[in-house]
Amino acid sequence: MAVPAYYTRGETVMYYAVRVFVALVLLFLISPILAVMPLSFNSESFFTYPMPGFSLKWYEDFFFNPRWSGAVKMSFLVAIATTILATALGTLAALGLARANFPAKATIMAILISPMIVPVIISAVGMFKFYAAMDLVGTRLGIILAHTALATPFVVITVTATLSSFDKTLMRAGASCGAAPHTVFFKVVMPLILPGMISGALFAFVTSFDEVIVVLFLASPEDRTLPLQMFSGIREMISPTITAAATVLVLISTAMLITLEMLRRRSERLRGVAPN
Amino acid sequence: MAMAQALPNDGVMRAADGTPLKVALARAERREKLKAMALVLPLFAFIIFSFVIPIIIMLYNAVYDPDVAENMPQTVVALKAWDGKDVPSEEVFAAFVADMKEAQKNKQTALIGKRLNYEMSGIRSKVVATGRKVATLDQAPYREAVIGIDKVWGEPETWATIKRSSSNYTPFYVLSMLDLRQNPDGSIENVPPDRAIYKSILVRTLGISLLVTVLTLVLGYPVAYLLATSPQRTASILMIFVLLPFWTSLLVRTTAWMVLMTDGGVFAGLMHFTGVTWFLNLVGLLNGEPELFKTRFATVVAMTHIQLPFTLLPIYSVMKTISPTYMRAAKSLGGTPFYSFLRVYVPQTLPGVAAGCLLTFILCLGYYITPAIVGGPTDQMISGFIERAINSENNWGKASALGVILLTATLILYYVYNKLVGIDRMKLG
Repeated sequence: MAVPAYYTRGETVMYYAVRVFVALVLLFLISPILAVMPLSFNSESFFTYPMPGFSLKWYEDFFFNPRWSGAVKMSFLVAIATTILATALGTLAALGLARANFPAKATIMAILISPMIVPVIISAVGMFKFYAAMDLVGTRLGIILAHTALATPFVVITVTATLSSFDKTLMRAGASCGAAPHTVFFKVVMPLILPGMISGALFAFVTSFDEVIVVLFLASPEDRTLPLQMFSGIREMISPTITAAATVLVLISTAMLITLEMLRRRSERLRGVAPN
Repeated sequence: MAMAQALPNDGVMRAADGTPLKVALARAERREKLKAMALVLPLFAFIIFSFVIPIIIMLYNAVYDPDVAENMPQTVVALKAWDGKDVPSEEVFAAFVADMKEAQKNKQTALIGKRLNYEMSGIRSKVVATGRKVATLDQAPYREAVIGIDKVWGEPETWATIKRSSSNYTPFYVLSMLDLRQNPDGSIENVPPDRAIYKSILVRTLGISLLVTVLTLVLGYPVAYLLATSPQRTASILMIFVLLPFWTSLLVRTTAWMVLMTDGGVFAGLMHFTGVTWFLNLVGLLNGEPELFKTRFATVVAMTHIQLPFTLLPIYSVMKTISPTYMRAAKSLGGTPFYSFLRVYVPQTLPGVAAGCLLTFILCLGYYITPAIVGGPTDQMISGFIERAINSENNWGKASALGVILLTATLILYYVYNKLVGIDRMKLG
């Protein structure tokens, strides 16, 4: 981290000033997430340091209280169903969008991406009214359909990005060697776009797993997801179990991030642009 | 051989089966287009049915409001002939009594009262009370009798309100969310200042979004710069600091800020420890320990924290593509470091700045969770008022009208984003 020898005094000052500033910003980014974790081991139910003692009771509540463990199960169920649906629909659409120019393609793309842009409260209220007319409010199917709509843009974007560097002649090569279209897809295309599909799937999973507002309108009171349980917990009565839940969620997102990073490195290595 | 003979010798290039190459190519391209559309169709249909149509139906409620027309059909007809100046004729009152009796039977008087109450506060209980008493009136003349139940029926303004809300469609909700109202004669004017509250919500939403966008840019730009210019190994370590919050749920990050900002919590402790509290007390900005929870400060800090990666990452990916030789060239041509940076480097990063800032601004407009948890009552944004209009007030017209305003603002910005950045070039992570 040495300053280059040809730097002027002003440049040297700026060099260090920028680094100090960036260090502070990065601290600002990471510290709230880290600071909340130790508090989940607090033996008392308040949120200040120093902590009077160490306890696992909030984790006990989180893992064994049916209100929380039921919410965790519900969240996984909805998120996994959403991921499967969104990945399938989103990948197909991305393949179509990458394939040929057809009328109104830009408009169609804009509509497909719009669930990511439209404020969630508007989506939630609209779906609430429409799904109520179809008896889908308070059902898991309703939540899964709503979350799939919100999650597909992420799949479309990530798979489209992967396809932009995909060599289409490979598909023709497969076809000219006599493979049926579905064989070409599963044997040639899919292995190559798999990193994009997986990162899209991860985004879809996280979108559903973290979503509060739609669930707030569509879920029945006894079928809460984890974020809804946290949100209503915060509004009704603040229990430190929320910090335990937050810690578990941070660990889950860390695992996602590591998976994604490994995928990125793998695909870069395959393309021969590996760093280091 | 018969085939070959049939081919005219006119110099047109042909495919193996004899069709002109141009036609064959067009056919193949058409087939390819159809295949592509068939692949997009399932998702497109799904989004239209589960997302676009529900939103359009919901927004339709901003102008569609049949409560009065459906429940007071005879009164509405009778009022057509009314001149709008004096108390209406006996005919109107007879229709009104008949409608109210019917409404009382169907338990709709509360609905009528609620609808009229939006435009004339205090009338709800009078409508309900009149509905109960009107059953005792069984012979004409009704006019004096009804006015006898409540003086409000003797005022032309009441009837003007009913007449105005008697159409199935009303501009009332959208106008009132912009602090405008329609006079009995149809002209539009500003509501009195003491009742003008909605424009301030709009201004507040735009203000908070703008402030957060500027803060994320100021904090994010240097980070993006360092990430883009550092050696790969250092950069990927620094990147973790950006991506971990990015991947952590919004609710978790808001929860973290709630925990840190509680009175006497970690943030206040840190301010005390670093002397910030002492300093703010010294210059008179603060009296004693800070109260941060449920404030605008907490809302803006938490939102800035959440949005920072959204602004930073597009700037970073543009900076990655800028060759360092430009800066070297600028300096070797005699530019001072600051001048070269400002005139050579910064302009090249502007596409990324536009992309990141627009995205953050668009997403900020729709914030609901964060202000609801760490903000006070005066920090709630449009989304919060939409939620309250539905869950607490059961006022779909108001919620939809606010939705129209929020969605219009968002879609205009989305259009700009699409023109400027291109939605297909959006990158994640």
